[in-house]
Amino acid sequence: MRLFRILSRNIRDSFKSVFRNFSLSIASISCITITLIVVAIAIILSANVNEFTRRVEKDVTIVVFLDEDVSEERFKAIEGEIRQIDNVGPKDSDVVAKDKMEIRKELMDSSDTYASVLDKYDTRDTNFIKDAYHVKVVDITKMEKTVSALKKIDGVNTVKYGEGMIERLVTIFDVVRKATYVVVIALILVTAFLISNTIKITIFSRKREIDIMRLVGASNMNIKIPFIFEGLFLGIMGSIIPIIIVTYGYSSLYNYFDGELFGNFVTLVKPNPFIFSISGFLIIIGMIVGMVGSWRAVRKHLKI
Amino acid sequence: MELITIKNASKTYKTGVTAIHDLSINFKKGEFVFIIGATGCGKSTLIKMLYREERPTSGQIFIGGIDVAKITNRKVYKIRRKLGVVFQDFKLLPKSTVYENVAFALEIFGVPSDEIYAKVVKVLELVGLKNKAKQYPHQLSGGEQQRVAIARAIVNGPKILICDEPTGNLDEKTSMGIMNVLEAINKLGTTVIVVTHDTEIVDKMKKRVVVLDEGRILKEYAEGEYRHEAI
Ligand SMILES: Nc1ncnc2c1ncn2[C@@H]1O[C@H](COP(=O)(O)OP(=O)(O)OP(=O)(O)O)[C@@H](O)[C@H]1O
Ligand SMILES: [Mg+2]
Repeated sequence: MRLFRILSRNIRDSFKSVFRNFSLSIASISCITITLIVVAIAIILSANVNEFTRRVEKDVTIVVFLDEDVSEERFKAIEGEIRQIDNVGPKDSDVVAKDKMEIRKELMDSSDTYASVLDKYDTRDTNFIKDAYHVKVVDITKMEKTVSALKKIDGVNTVKYGEGMIERLVTIFDVVRKATYVVVIALILVTAFLISNTIKITIFSRKREIDIMRLVGASNMNIKIPFIFEGLFLGIMGSIIPIIIVTYGYSSLYNYFDGELFGNFVTLVKPNPFIFSISGFLIIIGMIVGMVGSWRAVRKHLKI
Repeated sequence: MELITIKNASKTYKTGVTAIHDLSINFKKGEFVFIIGATGCGKSTLIKMLYREERPTSGQIFIGGIDVAKITNRKVYKIRRKLGVVFQDFKLLPKSTVYENVAFALEIFGVPSDEIYAKVVKVLELVGLKNKAKQYPHQLSGGEQQRVAIARAIVNGPKILICDEPTGNLDEKTSMGIMNVLEAINKLGTTVIVVTHDTEIVDKMKKRVVVLDEGRILKEYAEGEYRHEAI
């Protein structure tokens, strides 16, 4: 009960002092706002890159052609060996066998020319088409290693895959994604630092208040908590504009492009529930940055 | 009964200035004591050590059996809650009303609002400011502001009230008014220690007087013995 009263008074007083020291509060709030906008852009970028990579990874297939003279038993056995390889997908559909007779039939069905050419090669021995496997990988950036492992399997003739283009693209995107993480973290740290400096100025102007608090018997906690709540409020206020920008900005961007860029090469992440999770994330970052900044700032002013 | 015991306390500041030299003195419960002496003789330093704003370089200071010198910065609030302190410059919150300024000292302990109200009204009555509760410090005279500071210092019922030149900014008539308030508080059982320059007032009050000189006790007068001409 006593604690609850102390806490609710602290909240009331910190709320008041955000407005009593409004010009200084505005400085902290704008500082948080700007960072959060950049953080939001970085998150949107990285989420979309993520989505793109995921889709590409799902589509990229390695085709493994076997030697012409491979026996039917050997053909069957190779599936197991392929599945042994590290990066190969675990699902049944990740390794699909393409029997040479089956391929021949598919080709013959697809056009009359093929049908007339392939007509006479109607046994495994005479059919010159190669048996094949379609393989999907888990991590596309490690594709080269997988391919060389596949090539080493006895009976494998050639291995074909996206000519390196897609992997390079995905690798670049991976770097982009990692870079955005670094940028986001760096920004958050810088803001916490800036905020604590801004709040330090605020607190300096309120040194008198702190001295009086100490004089009448306030513990360090008694002094710190209102300032920490104040930081929390500043953080929440600082996240309002970024949240509005994200919510309306991303939705209208999505609608404008109809959810797709470069034809349908890149599909954008759907705004719902994406914008809500970003908003939640922004408000939490704002609160943490505000509180940590305040806490750092008061600490410097207290004799501990 | 000794409420405050100072044993061989010395204080040398970082600058090398020794403000208090091997000083020993006792204050009894319920006493009213004046500490006087020339500028720079160490009066403020002595009482700062009582409310643990400064620590003695050597020696001990017991308040109610606790060695104040040993209290860490983190724990200072514990001793502050047992003392009231009043300064020459009042130290009020300018953006808060008289009521809020006094209530502030109780709010941080989580005292229930109705209890705060009762206590604040009572002390404002005691210092004669009952009908100014809603005013802001800048709307009050110096004497009235000092009364607010006194009200804040005593609102949680401390055993000791320490005043560093409480009348330093006030004219003689107003000063006497403040002294009368302090005397009333003392009559209610609080030990009052007052540092002052104003020997005329000390003369009129007829209390125990300690005269400091260069960090040492120069002279002591028991209650009623002090005469203005003495220094
Ligand atoms: N924080 C400090 N750091 C260094 N020296 C100090 C400090 N505070 C006081 N002093 C020195 O200690 C001596 C005693 O100072 P103190 O403030 O106790 O005197 P005082 O008797 O209260 O004087 P006054 O009547 O002018 O208030 C002085 O020489 C002063 O310069
Ligand atoms: Mg002094």
